[in-house]
Amino acid sequence: MNILQALEIVSQTHPGMVRAHNEDSVVYDASCGLVVLADGMGGYKAGEVASGITVSVMATEIRDALQHHRAADSDAGSGEDLGVVLLRDNVQKANASIYHAAQSQPQYAGMGTTVVAGLFYDNRLAVAHVGDSRMYRLRGETFEPITRDHSLLQEQIDSGMISVADARLSRNKNLVTRAVGIDPEVKAEVHVHQVQVGDIYLLCSDGLNDMVEDDDIGSTLQMLQSNLPLAASQLIQMANDNGGRDNVSLILIKVKGKFAVPSGWLAKFMALFRN
Amino acid sequence: MAARLILSMNGVVLQEYALNKERMTIGRKEHNDIVIDNLAVSGEHAAIVTLLNDSFLEDLDSTNGVVVNGMVTKKHFLQNNDLIEIGKYKLKYLNDQHGQSTAADFEKTMVLRAPLHTPASRQAKESPIEVTGKYEAVASPQPLPPAEKAPSSQAKAVAPSQPGPPIGQAPVPQQAKAVTPPQPAPAGNSTVPQQAGAVIQILTGPNAGRELELVKNLTTLGKPGVQVAVLTRRPHGYFITYVEGASYPTVNGKPLDDQPHQLAEHDIIGLAGIKMEFYFKS
Repeated sequence: MNILQALEIVSQTHPGMVRAHNEDSVVYDASCGLVVLADGMGGYKAGEVASGITVSVMATEIRDALQHHRAADSDAGSGEDLGVVLLRDNVQKANASIYHAAQSQPQYAGMGTTVVAGLFYDNRLAVAHVGDSRMYRLRGETFEPITRDHSLLQEQIDSGMISVADARLSRNKNLVTRAVGIDPEVKAEVHVHQVQVGDIYLLCSDGLNDMVEDDDIGSTLQMLQSNLPLAASQLIQMANDNGGRDNVSLILIKVKGKFAVPSGWLAKFMALFRN
Repeated sequence: MAARLILSMNGVVLQEYALNKERMTIGRKEHNDIVIDNLAVSGEHAAIVTLLNDSFLEDLDSTNGVVVNGMVTKKHFLQNNDLIEIGKYKLKYLNDQHGQSTAADFEKTMVLRAPLHTPASRQAKESPIEVTGKYEAVASPQPLPPAEKAPSSQAKAVAPSQPGPPIGQAPVPQQAKAVTPPQPAPAGNSTVPQQAGAVIQILTGPNAGRELELVKNLTTLGKPGVQVAVLTRRPHGYFITYVEGASYPTVNGKPLDDQPHQLAEHDIIGLAGIKMEFYFKS
């Protein structure tokens, strides 16, 4: 099954009930298995600019690179999957363009963005993120985040200073410790996950997970998994019904089939015996 | 404004302290930030660690312990109006900055910049005090700007941003075919009598007579693979939406479309060959 048939992708974004602007940007390209979501920050329209630069740099560059290379191949330098390298390098590239725009134009000073991006290839998913935009996975009955926020609160949780239960009471929810475009360099955190048929992945900005409890997000996906567009609008509606205090954006990906890359005659031959 | 502690005994206010240091100690000895000269108080009795808007109280292995809101506590995440008792002394914790749950513009995300050479190493086993020491280095270059300065339409803010003139140009065009246009969310101003509980009563089929109370925000009805609808409870009413199946469920004989349909008292729903009635609980 090629990747276009194997994945069903749906995306929605909404400014929420309070904000005039939508500073989130989302993009996906089903033909190369790429999803990117960015949540911008910075005065006036700078947040939109930062998140827009990020999704467009990542989509354009990765799409181009995959014309000539395969994400599953290993990179000559590092030995990692090329997909991992592409995600990491292009977050860095987006970082550089935002940083330079902010340096050269005073109205953009200090703009930045979070980002979470996924690249599906060869029954795997490489996930890169910076900041507090998240990726969750629903597999069977289990719904859980597969990214860990780069935020003060997450670091406090990790250090044992504050419990997960207490974290909801914190007044420091809005402090991210890493963002794209703020400093000359940024390091995206990248992990590779094995994908199973039936998995549903959710990328979202904090406008969703701050307004709706993880359990409610999970049970909604579970119930509405047969109708992905409805699940997406239902989640946005829940965030807005709970106050909608921030922009809320999400991308949902359902894995409908395997998408292994056949590599060479031996692999193709072996694949005959696998199923 | 920084959070404060009000020290009192027998209802008489003795002193007020601003929590303007990252770590403040309470004890009998002179060198403490908050000195309580009483033999029931240990030399170093307790400490309060403040990280931006959050404060944590920790008992420093005192002889007579620390009580918060009537409970003996070793460590406590302080909330506005908490009452700390040390011996006969009472300390009231006040943090009247807008809590995140109340201020409309609370979610302005800010970046805490780590010095470039510091990878945010996670030392999970560090004691809380050492951890805060680490944050001092991280957080101190930028005092947070007062929240009210920023325009409220701005969802995220980087702490050191300088407000510039509004930008006249359009945001960077997005690459993709991907962005679904935002749907205007129905505003919660409907006049439907709410939030009475609602019930679905099954009228036909083997389960005729059974009642299903709609206690959850989402309830799915029907047979997976055949015909499924979801009932959603929202602030201004109950809605039915088609989920899957070859044909649409009906309400009062009329088929639904892809949009949610608001249910009224005594609506009759037809789903997977079964009829059921919706009504509000009196």
